[in-house]
Amino acid sequence: MTVLRAWLTADTPSSRNHARAIQAYLSWRALASNPLTVIGLLIVVALVIFAILAPWIAPRSPIAQDLTQRFISPGAEYWFGTDEFGRDILSRILYGARVTLYIVVLVAVTAAPVGLLVGTVAGYFGGWADVVLMRVTDIFLAFPRLILALAFVSALGPGIENAVLAIALTAWPPYARIARAETLTIRSSDFIAAVRLQGASGSRIILGHVVPLCSSSMIVRVTLDMAGVILTAAGLGFLGLGAQPPLSEWGAMVSSGRRYLLDFWWVATIPGLAIFVVSLGFNLLGDGLRDVLDPKSS
Amino acid sequence: MVGSVLLTFFGLLLITFLIGRVVPVDPVLSAVGDRASHDTYEQARRELGLHLPLWEQFVNYVLQVLRGELGKSVLTANTVVDDIKRVFPATLELATTATFFGVALGVPMGVVAAVNQGRWPDQLVRLLGLFGYSMPVFWLGLMGLLLFYGILDIAAAPGRLDFANLDVVETWTGLILLDAALQNEWEIFFDALHHLILPAAVLGYFSLAYISRMTRSFMLEQLRQEYVTTARVKGLSEARVVWRHALGNVMVPLITVIALSYANLLEGSVLTETVFAWPGLGLYLTSSLLAADMNAVLGATLVVGVIFIGINLLSDLLYKLVDPRAK
Repeated sequence: MTVLRAWLTADTPSSRNHARAIQAYLSWRALASNPLTVIGLLIVVALVIFAILAPWIAPRSPIAQDLTQRFISPGAEYWFGTDEFGRDILSRILYGARVTLYIVVLVAVTAAPVGLLVGTVAGYFGGWADVVLMRVTDIFLAFPRLILALAFVSALGPGIENAVLAIALTAWPPYARIARAETLTIRSSDFIAAVRLQGASGSRIILGHVVPLCSSSMIVRVTLDMAGVILTAAGLGFLGLGAQPPLSEWGAMVSSGRRYLLDFWWVATIPGLAIFVVSLGFNLLGDGLRDVLDPKSS
Repeated sequence: MVGSVLLTFFGLLLITFLIGRVVPVDPVLSAVGDRASHDTYEQARRELGLHLPLWEQFVNYVLQVLRGELGKSVLTANTVVDDIKRVFPATLELATTATFFGVALGVPMGVVAAVNQGRWPDQLVRLLGLFGYSMPVFWLGLMGLLLFYGILDIAAAPGRLDFANLDVVETWTGLILLDAALQNEWEIFFDALHHLILPAAVLGYFSLAYISRMTRSFMLEQLRQEYVTTARVKGLSEARVVWRHALGNVMVPLITVIALSYANLLEGSVLTETVFAWPGLGLYLTSSLLAADMNAVLGATLVVGVIFIGINLLSDLLYKLVDPRAK
């Protein structure tokens, strides 16, 4: 253990992989030293675990209705109570974690690369490419996000895939802005000039040299953004435009519990609490990551 | 700057136009009904200009919008422009009161947090801000209703007025508070206020989260400056240094922040209005959405986009006006 720690904190790395290991370890230590970040990390990890293991850990079916068991308040039998169809809210929350994770992951893997590519291309090539791409970005940024997503979903029709598409379409512009700003400083550095003199093509420089250097600020921004993505998705679900039944989506659960709010408070309260906690988790983790990976911007 | 605003507006039109084209709803069918003959269908199609090539349709759309026409709403049978005129004051009233909450509480909280950097007031403000960034606005609204209306019974029921008080004051500006005050209907005024406070506080919490965070970081930057030290050395009281000198310099960048948060409230108001049955632009947008009333949806989207651009432009201009360095 001590040997390992000494190896991980060595002042002079012996190889490239050693240097990477040292850097990863030191970043991890910095992350773990902030209790709020650790809480955020735990929440996100819990979301992933619950989502994956939902079929095995959920005590009951999330969709089986039992009208003799309607509106049972939270207790030993049903930890989070039951809803208007006698469905177990705990099981629905656990399965709902799958929907949330699905949306978050899909938006992250579609919007982030698009934004990264647009931003780096605009920043690296400059000139016309820059003007056109950034103008398009500005137009998308000129819309409030939820409203644009609403308009897209209204055109595409409700459903989880269309919700993801609409959110991804509204999520990429800030990434493009950040990537462009980073690229502008990287572009003029000496090592890029050296690579260019060696005859590297534009695409090679962007993909091989610029994109990797943008990635840490990108990771921070994406993590912080996931809180907003969850809230937008929940908002769409609340309006009935997100994931459709029988999928249990947290926002839609709040919406259906809303009718019984004053008599059976838990039906709307508990799914909303789940949205809040997960979104808080991403915010805490993002704040912590920013302090470690991107200390300038905090 | 004018060019970039115009270009953004053009892009906005292009987006709403394209969204209108890909909708699965056939605008001809919704106009003539599905039992119309082929000839009637063709005729209606021509009247709506849908036989033209796409670019020509777009040009017509732009001209139409510039003339101030947004088509007819299927749901209300009025023109979309009239509908929006009718519902917009409710949103304006809500968002303005919410911003007022956000500024009146958020700025002092940000200042106190910056002065006590790292100590408990700072942590408290940070936590409140984090919660604001993480909470679904519709859920906070429901929790507010549950607590203040359901349990404590001190807030009013959803809606803008009590049922008995509807249509008592004439609509002059559409802002009920103002209309009631101008017409000396103080009972209505206080009823409207009673209904307004909870939704405005819920919405205002989100602008408070943003404004307090930004105020804090601006203040921290100012408090490090040398003129602050000079002011202290001169013997000015700490309160005067903080609230007069430092905060005075923070006001300029804060204008942009407040304008942005005001614009963002338009977005939050969509969900807040749904929760509180508040008959504004947001509720209009969502109820048209659910009825697949595309003219209304696209019209409302366009109006929100234009307001958004307008507020941003306005904050830029104000900034230049207040801060001579920005010229």
